[in-house]
Amino acid sequence: MSESLKTTLYDCHDKLGAKLVPFAGFLMPLQYSGIIDEHKHVRSKVGLFDVSHMGEFIVSGKNAKQFLQNVTINDINALKPGKAQYSALCNESGGILDDLLIYDLSDHYMLVVNASNIEKNFKWLEKHLLSEVVLKDISENMGLLAIQGPLSRDILESFYPEISSLKYYETLMPDSDRTIVARTGYSGELGFEIYVSNDKIVDLWNKLLGASEHIRPVGLGCRDSLRLEMGYCLYGHELNESINPIESGLSWITKLDTQFIGSKFLADISIEKKLVPLVLKDRAIPRAEYKIFDDNDNKIGFITSGAMSPSLKFGIALAYIDLPYAKDLNSFNIKIRNNTFTMDKAKLPFYKHGTYLK
Amino acid sequence: MNHPKNLMYTSEHEWVEIDGKIATIGITDFAQSELGDIIFLEFPNIDESFSDGDIFGTIEAVKTVSDMYMPLTGKVIEVNEDLNDTPEQVNEDPYKNGWMVKIELEDGANQSKLLDAKSYIELIG
Repeated sequence: MSESLKTTLYDCHDKLGAKLVPFAGFLMPLQYSGIIDEHKHVRSKVGLFDVSHMGEFIVSGKNAKQFLQNVTINDINALKPGKAQYSALCNESGGILDDLLIYDLSDHYMLVVNASNIEKNFKWLEKHLLSEVVLKDISENMGLLAIQGPLSRDILESFYPEISSLKYYETLMPDSDRTIVARTGYSGELGFEIYVSNDKIVDLWNKLLGASEHIRPVGLGCRDSLRLEMGYCLYGHELNESINPIESGLSWITKLDTQFIGSKFLADISIEKKLVPLVLKDRAIPRAEYKIFDDNDNKIGFITSGAMSPSLKFGIALAYIDLPYAKDLNSFNIKIRNNTFTMDKAKLPFYKHGTYLK
Repeated sequence: MNHPKNLMYTSEHEWVEIDGKIATIGITDFAQSELGDIIFLEFPNIDESFSDGDIFGTIEAVKTVSDMYMPLTGKVIEVNEDLNDTPEQVNEDPYKNGWMVKIELEDGANQSKLLDAKSYIELIG
């Protein structure tokens, strides 16, 4: 692996005492004060994330819509200007290349992809490009701040008054600085994401942190625990190229009749496993890669993400479990060191008090 | 970072306080800081015997699971049960409320691998 890249805000994180760790090719802040503390702060007040490692592509031109209909699994016709859509890229056999957000910015689309997949996705999209479509990777110049938490709107309104009327998954159009503010996020709380060019991001970061006593920098550690409490998938854990969107619980964005790449294959398959949310109420912590067993000690699955939920104070996990067990059983066994524990099937989200729709 | 002079240390980032035949064991300020929020501890049973270097327990932090290694040969006589409800004490107060186990040292238990504070601070750089 080559040396990690730094986001424009690296020095700011360092000065704030962040623990910086390699993540998806970047040195990113894992935590500042502590993961649990930051997690609770986002649930109760507001946290500011630097997620500038994420990739952004611009898709424009006369055939942009048709192109996106071909390569993404959701129905692009359902996406209107000023809105965002959660979608995914699949290969011909329905394996998930990446999950992504698409913003309809009127005269062009912006695709936001996972940092670890930027190159792979760009090559894939280039390979399937239609005539009269312009595809551009703007990741290097585009930074991204996520301001998440019940107080995020109160703080951000003094910077961008128009956000007060934004509903969940709506976006403002690019402003004169080409900054884009959208009501999206990955925490389950009321929140916004600000796409801002790297020459303006340090200034904005500092102004936002100085805007209120309630806002604090928060790291990727709590971003992971926040998303897991909501049951949101994370690429590399719940999603990868050997998993299809039906198995991973993404049927709701899989519009087979739009004839995207992979849709033919997905229309004909019967799935063999399913992503199941599980809780562990004993004194033990479920973690990624722990195996799942039935009562006869047969291995029937594995955990993809697991944690002690900072909000709920018990173990939560997402696990792929073979069918029919995933449907027929309500409790499953896991082994942690030499002990066996029972995990019960749960309903998502694990954390039910998120303010994202408020 | 705080590494008191009156304690002994190991290269596995544990501290040891020896009082006659009894040794109290915990993890260092450096270790708790590297691990981050500690959320769960698994301790040995009372009367269980260990040789130096044996794994005697597990520390689970938010992001990681780590083994704990017995620094000296002996028998467990007490574990810090309070940490079952307040594992964060290991982060907040690693040398006092965050102690983990007390052992009764075997006669002639080899202490030569223990480091003094100065050597330990050099080790962690």
